[in-house]
Amino acid sequence: MTAVAGRPAPGLRRRAAALLHRRPLLRLSLLLSAPLAWLVVAYLGALGAIFLTAFWTTDTFTGEIVREFTAVNFQTLWDEPVYRTIALRSLGVAVAVTAIDMAIGLPMAFYMAKVARPRHRPMLVSAILAPLWAAYLVKAYAWRVMLAEGGPVDQALEPFGLSGPGYGLTATVLVLSYLWLPYMILPVYAGLERLPGALLDASGDLGARPLRTFRTVVLPLVYPSLVAGSIFTFSLSLGDYITVKIVGGRSQLIGNVVYDNVGAANNLPFAAAVATVPVVVMLGYLAAARRTGALREL
Amino acid sequence: MFSVMPDSAVRIRDLRKTFGSVEAVAGVDLDIGDGEFFSMLGPSGSGKTTVLRMIAGFERPTSGTIELGGRDVTSLAPFDRDVNTVFQDYALFPHLDVLRNVEYGLKVRGVPRAERRERARAALRSVRLDGLDGRRPAELSGGQRQRVALARALVNEPKVLLLDEPLGALDLKLREEMQVELKSIQRRAGITFVFVTHDQEEALTLSDRVAVLDRGRIEQVGTPAEVYERPATAFVAGFVGTSNRIGAVRVRPEKIHVGIEPDAGSGGESGGPAEDGPGRDGRAEGGAGTGDRHAFGTVAEVVYAGPATRFVIDLESGDRVVALQQNLRTSSMDVTRHRGARVRIGWHAEHEFSVPETGAGTAPAS
Repeated sequence: MTAVAGRPAPGLRRRAAALLHRRPLLRLSLLLSAPLAWLVVAYLGALGAIFLTAFWTTDTFTGEIVREFTAVNFQTLWDEPVYRTIALRSLGVAVAVTAIDMAIGLPMAFYMAKVARPRHRPMLVSAILAPLWAAYLVKAYAWRVMLAEGGPVDQALEPFGLSGPGYGLTATVLVLSYLWLPYMILPVYAGLERLPGALLDASGDLGARPLRTFRTVVLPLVYPSLVAGSIFTFSLSLGDYITVKIVGGRSQLIGNVVYDNVGAANNLPFAAAVATVPVVVMLGYLAAARRTGALREL
Repeated sequence: MFSVMPDSAVRIRDLRKTFGSVEAVAGVDLDIGDGEFFSMLGPSGSGKTTVLRMIAGFERPTSGTIELGGRDVTSLAPFDRDVNTVFQDYALFPHLDVLRNVEYGLKVRGVPRAERRERARAALRSVRLDGLDGRRPAELSGGQRQRVALARALVNEPKVLLLDEPLGALDLKLREEMQVELKSIQRRAGITFVFVTHDQEEALTLSDRVAVLDRGRIEQVGTPAEVYERPATAFVAGFVGTSNRIGAVRVRPEKIHVGIEPDAGSGGESGGPAEDGPGRDGRAEGGAGTGDRHAFGTVAEVVYAGPATRFVIDLESGDRVVALQQNLRTSSMDVTRHRGARVRIGWHAEHEFSVPETGAGTAPAS
């Protein structure tokens, strides 16, 4: 900038800055217009387009999209038992993955936040984040190798007279749990780190054994963080179709139905209708989560 | 008197705790009597809180033993010890309301609902906190939280109550109020209080006995008067109050009379203001510069501090002393014009004390 000493007429930048200083509303709209446009057009717009498309149909003969409003896609979804089965299966997978990640993630996060030495914590967080640096596909295929017949998992279980789960729904749940575990650990870790250690001391001091302290002090206070983590694991599992393709054998989830209708069947409107199912489920989930105050933890 | 009681509430023998290479507690022996208000006083890092945490069971000693009421609890978990703690920042459960916080210990021990309600309410009444049962800790003031923390610990009727700088977070006015209240609660409940503080005035005001700690060792244990009037070591003399070194002896600031009486003079002496100009000695009996010991010096600094005035005086011998004079007759800040004045100071031989001057904290005192 130029020197102030001579007090020359204020430059354009200076005058603009002064104007912005006087008008907070203008300042705010300049700051937010670009991201807001992105949010509305690209993000919500796409979602709206999907929802709109779901009410159109495809001409089975020409493959052209017929832009006439009809609920026939949703009717099919509801009437065909196979879709209901797939939807429930997908829901079951998402619930199982979330439950497994909670069961594994909570003790790990507790160790990281409350037991490990403070100077080791950044290292542990990095270790949790490290798998996220590897490509999703590579990790999924790595599991395919591990779970192959006679593969490492089979070999490891052999001495105990057991064998690996092979490809199928169990493998899908296993791999999805592995993939989304960091998304559970990190919010729970953040929540636990904010929990003062003195509260644990106080509970023990008042006569509570560790398990009781966990139930009556740790769990209620970390609950919103758990819900926050579960939003990630749940929604990511609900939308997945690649893992199940790679390790799921012949199992199908909602994502596969969407994918097949976009690709092979060339029925975009029906794919859109199927895609609204997880969206609706997630909206219900978020509404429930909101009541716990968990959305403040995100 | 307490140290000779056969069964002390807390008995600690050669307690040590090292964190890595740091020796936080370096051999502490203590006997705390039943119903005693016992303070551990020391600067931060002196190990006082670590000792307290070991009594509570939050830290395991590296070596040494802790007995509570004659029972060795050294290796017991906190939930198996008959002590309760008031934490420095209260550690109230944020998701529970006041009543549930206070009930917590009783609930954990399986006291039936009606009884624990009753007892929790009584405990809240005893700390004068009625009608806030449904509030969450976040909705309370600092002083109220302090009371909830106290009630939560007292409701369990522990043999020993541990208090870790419980008043540290309160402002001065409230702190003084809570001091009085703590003392009266302790007297009423008859519970042994082990009170950790770095505030020497607080320790002297509240305690039956005080242990002064430095660098993981106990420097002195005694009544407040003993610790203040007859410090055992140079560290105690310096940490508990201010001590002036005059030649080979030490004298407390308030025991030194300064040969300046700014207003109205001393009692019967007549003829003009009795304030002594430079070069003149205050010789008024009962007034300035009295005592059977004297020294001369120059006023280097005068600080008016409300109820008292603090003089910093450079003696001819080269020692610098601080003298505290109550502002009994001084009605204004005009005392400050005595800066640079030559004065005579006096004190009584009986107020002199001496400590081993071979450097602070060389030997464990107990």
